[in-house]
Amino acid sequence: MILLTRKAEFSASHYYWNPAWSPEENARVFGKCANRNGHGHNYTLEVTVAGEPDPVTGFVVDLKRLKDTIEQEVLAAYDHRHLNLEVPEFRAAIPTTENIAAAIWRRLEGKIEGAKLHRVRVYEMPDLFAEYRGE
Amino acid sequence: MRAYFGRRYRLSASHRLHAPSLTDGQNREVYGKCANPHGHGHNYTVEVLVGGDIDQATGMVCDLAELDGCVAREVLEPFDHQNLNTLDAFRNRVPTTENLCIEIEKRLREALRGDLSLKVRVEETGKNFFETL
Repeated sequence: MILLTRKAEFSASHYYWNPAWSPEENARVFGKCANRNGHGHNYTLEVTVAGEPDPVTGFVVDLKRLKDTIEQEVLAAYDHRHLNLEVPEFRAAIPTTENIAAAIWRRLEGKIEGAKLHRVRVYEMPDLFAEYRGE
Repeated sequence: MRAYFGRRYRLSASHRLHAPSLTDGQNREVYGKCANPHGHGHNYTVEVLVGGDIDQATGMVCDLAELDGCVAREVLEPFDHQNLNTLDAFRNRVPTTENLCIEIEKRLREALRGDLSLKVRVEETGKNFFETL
């Protein structure tokens, strides 16, 4: 079994806000991230798939097709967008790094031919990331 | 829904790898340049990965400020800009990065919420890293 990871980048804006809470509670929990004008990040996405190398090609998965799948299923919806205002799954969920990783997993699951999705890791900043493993 | 939240922290420290139970010759053979008597230093990167359910109300596995505060208190404050060989934690152990990783994990495990899983990875240089399982 081999794990293969493909990286991609996207730039997006977001804010953290729970509509069931008061503005004071949102500010207390989320700090500067609760500013509803939003702020932005250059995110790095790592998509890891697991599989056996094909006996003929030696590939776990066709990397060009994986790249295109990530582009179509994720980047087209997220890149240069406001996550809260333009992405359907963040109308009812806060676009934290954890929720973004889980949402990207749901967008990719079952769409990668020949290999099983193993892990989605999203870096909001170089020193801050979250991963989702389908659990 | 279970997710894993990771943070990377920097700490700079010096150490010397030298086992008192071995002769100088044996230390040189086992540790090579790492046994040099005056020690040497690293900019370590400590990666902390905590796992847990994503809180429905906050969208988070854990509070970032709380995690940063915990790591600052338990790891950075005692180890950053120190000579590891002079610290109580390494009185009876060679301060290899393996042992540093184990010590960091022990301290954080005691300080963090019991429902969170914990994995620690310490990068000694750009080419070596050590992690707990």
